[in-house]
Amino acid sequence: MTDDMLLEVRDLTTDFEMKRGTVHAVIDMSFSVAKGEVLAIVGESGSGKSVTSLSVMGLLQPPGRVVRGEILYKGKDLLALSKHEMRDIRGNHISMIFQEPMTSLNPVLTIEDQLTESIRTHMKLDKHAAAARAIDMLHLVGIPSPEKRIKDYPHQMSGGMRQRVMTAIALSCDPDLLIADEPTTALDVTIQAQILALINELRDKIGMAVLLITHDLGVVAETADRVVVMYCGQVVEQATAAQVFERPMHPYTLGLLESIPTMEDTEVDEPLYMIPGMVPNPLNMPRGCAFAARCARRMDRCVSEMPPLYAAEDRKLRCFLFDPEAGEEARS
Amino acid sequence: MTEPLVQLKHLSKFFPVDTDLLGRTTSLLKAVDDLSLDILPGEAFGLVGESGCGKTTVGKMLVNLYTPTAGEIWYEGRNVASLSARQRRKLCCGIQLIFQDPYSSLNPRMTVGDIVSEPIRINNLLPREQIADRVGYLFNAVGLSANYRNRFPHEFSGGQRQRVGIARALAMQPRLIVCDEPVSALDVSIQAQVLNLLSDLREEFGLTYLFIAHGLNVVKHISDRVGVMYLGRLVEVAPKRELYRNPLHPYTKALLSAIPVTNPAQRRKRILLEGDVSSPIDPAPGCRFASRCYARSGCTSCDCETNMPELVEVSPDHFVSCYLFGSQDNGSRLAPRF
Repeated sequence: MTDDMLLEVRDLTTDFEMKRGTVHAVIDMSFSVAKGEVLAIVGESGSGKSVTSLSVMGLLQPPGRVVRGEILYKGKDLLALSKHEMRDIRGNHISMIFQEPMTSLNPVLTIEDQLTESIRTHMKLDKHAAAARAIDMLHLVGIPSPEKRIKDYPHQMSGGMRQRVMTAIALSCDPDLLIADEPTTALDVTIQAQILALINELRDKIGMAVLLITHDLGVVAETADRVVVMYCGQVVEQATAAQVFERPMHPYTLGLLESIPTMEDTEVDEPLYMIPGMVPNPLNMPRGCAFAARCARRMDRCVSEMPPLYAAEDRKLRCFLFDPEAGEEARS
Repeated sequence: MTEPLVQLKHLSKFFPVDTDLLGRTTSLLKAVDDLSLDILPGEAFGLVGESGCGKTTVGKMLVNLYTPTAGEIWYEGRNVASLSARQRRKLCCGIQLIFQDPYSSLNPRMTVGDIVSEPIRINNLLPREQIADRVGYLFNAVGLSANYRNRFPHEFSGGQRQRVGIARALAMQPRLIVCDEPVSALDVSIQAQVLNLLSDLREEFGLTYLFIAHGLNVVKHISDRVGVMYLGRLVEVAPKRELYRNPLHPYTKALLSAIPVTNPAQRRKRILLEGDVSSPIDPAPGCRFASRCYARSGCTSCDCETNMPELVEVSPDHFVSCYLFGSQDNGSRLAPRF
């Protein structure tokens, strides 16, 4: 492990023990985030991307449980820490923005109360210094006249404003790593553009790393350096953003990209590309590749065997098409 | 020219927000304000705007869930308001609605077969013994197996539920379907399936769509013409290609530029709008977009803040409501560059 690796996750496996069986929400997930880097984890609902972020933050609720793996933050295994030590990491070192700016702020406390709470807990500042810092933070995230707005309650603010407040809270203790779980999903497109520009700007300004969790490949293209594509709890493709968007290789990534309505100017409207079928039931996963049933390039072995994560052309791919031993003809 | 299927004439919907001691309204939420629009038979009209711009209110007035505060809705050449309750009910059978959220728009206690057949039974469209066949036919039309009819909504995924919702809308054999953000709650790969299904059904059944969405990219695929709304007002209407190639209104441009592109090499300089959508409660008299407009410096004799610009035709079928373009008086002002 090199020094500039901030977060390294190895073989993370998270299970949910349900009455009807065990759901493997995340299976042998490995990735790393370097200092100042934006890593995006992309997947559709149920692919395990949010569970991954909650596992990293130690915020998993029962019946969810990390059964295997290591989460190393600057070389320290977060899974081995006590609750008390974990609290110190959260906020000071790693902080998180949640998807719903409407529900993740406390409606009966002012913005000031909520901002200074985390500042005072983590930075040991007195009330006045904390309030001053809170105003600075609101200024940083682009809230106009923060001295006045800080006395507001969340319901007095719009969705975009609340997401900015959430971001301000997350950034208030100078974290090295920001986990943004669908930060723009609940927002309008023009507000989404504002928030993404803000994240990019803050990354440049204070050099924090970002772990961006999203289902929207457009958002990824706008911000990320590297991309991890997840399907049914597993990494299926891992590469740089440029590689993924220029030449997606895994059939699922390819399908996902193709099915986005493009803004390109075309004379005729061709039907959108579709990935047929549906995500399999998590309680009844197929034996082989989870994507096999929907895959256009399915081979016999896909149904019976689970493909490992192959390293191909400096990316990682979970697909037999890239099996170096399979020979050229399978790939063409 | 063909007779429009739907004509909205100066349609407005205001909601009272506050009243004084005597019960007189003191403050109004102008959800839809003086909106005029024609929808031709067989066309798909996309209505785009951000949350709170009134696009859903337009849809609800069209299906008779809201009564307009002012203005008229003409359907098949008749003024809906002038009809008797019975006639209106009959007429509204021809207009159906597909909802945004497939999780809350299906009754969890009914089987999907009952959900789809309920409108047929209530309106006595078919003799009892033919209903089952019809439901099977509708299930096939939306790509569901007819064997699923005895299952309950919770057994289906989001995309399948949306298909059930579509089958229910088709059960009334409508001419017009109002699609209120039918894919925004769905995953990307499922969105494509539902959008393609809606395109196919339009051809098969000769449907007309009013397709409501908050992003311009989804609408691009399915619409023939697109209208952009901002705070209760229609700011631009144009045929789809014209709108995407040559957007005129500053808000349309900002909306187009806000769509993320899936090509990092193309990370563009985008138009970032300042601030948030202002409140539709007691709006200022001028252009609704004036407070966020970045193009006002290009305007010389602007009365953006005091006078509402009218929607004018600047080129064939391309309407814009902005002082920068076209003739608010008689065509003297040309499109400026910015």
